[in-house]
Amino acid sequence: MSINGKAYVAGVYEHPTRKAVDKSLAQLHAESALGALADAGLGKNDIDGYFCAGDAPGLGALSMADYLGLKLRHIDTTECGGSSYILHVGHAAEAIALGKCSVALITLAGRPRAEGMATGTAPRNYGSTSPDVAFEFPFGPTVVNMYAMCANRHMYEYGTTSEQLAWIKVAASHHAQHNPDAMLKKVVTVEEVVNSPMISDPLHRLDCCVISDGGGAIIVTSPEVARSLERPLVRVRGAGEAPKHQMGGAVDLTYSGARWSGAMAFEEAGVKPADMKYVSIYDSFTITVLMQLEDLGFCEKGQGGRLVSDGNLISGVGSLPFNTDGGGLCNNHPANRGGLTKVVEAVRQLRGEAHPAVQVANCDLALAHGTGGSLGTRHGAATVILERE
Amino acid sequence: MASRSFPSPVPDPDTEAFWQAAKDGTFMIGSCRNCGEKHYYPRSVCPHCGSDDVTLVASSGTGEIYSWSVLRRADPPYAIAYVTLDDGPTMMTNIVDCDLDALAIGQRVELVFSPTEDEDGPPVPTFRPTAP
Repeated sequence: MSINGKAYVAGVYEHPTRKAVDKSLAQLHAESALGALADAGLGKNDIDGYFCAGDAPGLGALSMADYLGLKLRHIDTTECGGSSYILHVGHAAEAIALGKCSVALITLAGRPRAEGMATGTAPRNYGSTSPDVAFEFPFGPTVVNMYAMCANRHMYEYGTTSEQLAWIKVAASHHAQHNPDAMLKKVVTVEEVVNSPMISDPLHRLDCCVISDGGGAIIVTSPEVARSLERPLVRVRGAGEAPKHQMGGAVDLTYSGARWSGAMAFEEAGVKPADMKYVSIYDSFTITVLMQLEDLGFCEKGQGGRLVSDGNLISGVGSLPFNTDGGGLCNNHPANRGGLTKVVEAVRQLRGEAHPAVQVANCDLALAHGTGGSLGTRHGAATVILERE
Repeated sequence: MASRSFPSPVPDPDTEAFWQAAKDGTFMIGSCRNCGEKHYYPRSVCPHCGSDDVTLVASSGTGEIYSWSVLRRADPPYAIAYVTLDDGPTMMTNIVDCDLDALAIGQRVELVFSPTEDEDGPPVPTFRPTAP
């Protein structure tokens, strides 16, 4: 059994806030939900399935179902860090294919800026019951130095350069200049990226994503519901998910779980990387994009540096337009989780609703991919392939 | 500039023997009696074969840097690393007693326990460049 063609993305919404001191966490989830419902042309009482992850307040799905007054027959709170919402699209399609629900709501929200969180450079303690904490937390693992070690090893094994990584940020900035909601709208050069302050060798400040408050939501429906709506039809063709971790000490920082989740998604969809007209790729750091593109099969392993150079990721310029909203590197990284906005921009592209300056011509097949957790320790990879009918 | 200090790890029933050995000056790694593979961090089930017939064995405490990064934004900056032990597993650690601008992948390193913040807290396994 496959989910190919069994479900549609009928509504998406990206909350416009980037700093939400005046809004509660539940409110951000709710406003995002209402935004996606309005986009789809559905009402709150149409929802019969709800999906959320670790960013939801209180008891997660129970607290948000209570807040929104949802009457549900299916819930899924799979927590896979920032990739959760991409994974949820696949899970929602599974549930819909099995008749467990027909209108699934997925929400994300967070307010790390309002809360003054040192997102990237302070070690996070996940609690003493997490079995790795005693063996890692004392050494000061942060988000940035973990990804930096991936970059360092990738450079060592494959000769990847800081200039090649910088091209990823340059491409994102070219897209962000057209997004009025983007946090960083200034177009930057390779020189500006590699000359920005070193945060954690070899990652510079401009290799890092923004920190933002906000949220977003996705509505996935059955084919029957989707066809009853006024919106363009965006079909789920395939999905894949996989965790990657340290395997008892067999650490390899040069590849990600995208190697597995991507292969599963492409097989289910019956397409290959070269068929993609547009890709949304999680971009916590420049190295994140490079590794995932390699692992998804857009080039040979180790050739990512060449793939991303010379503007090849810039819409209208290169052969592989990515993150045309500006992505996490320039636009938005709500709740320190980038997966949901990746689906949102892919759907905009498939509908022809991206900014005209970055809209990909005849965009009928797109991929969204996310990493949750950390490439440097343990992470969940999730891939979804969407098609415009 | 502040001096680098290490938060004390909190032993649990799974890892008490490891931390007690550390207090006694011995660095242990996990070893499986069923498949013979080593693992790190130590735990109650072998992550390679799934057997619960696991034990701790003393490590040589020598190895090489698999990857590293100096967090320049920290005060003081410090070097996090993965070190691949000659015994097999690769582990997260810090490189101490070193020139932060002279670290390299493949560099030979040796174990040195670093004291932690709590008076009764066990020391943590860190590494320093091996003298040439």
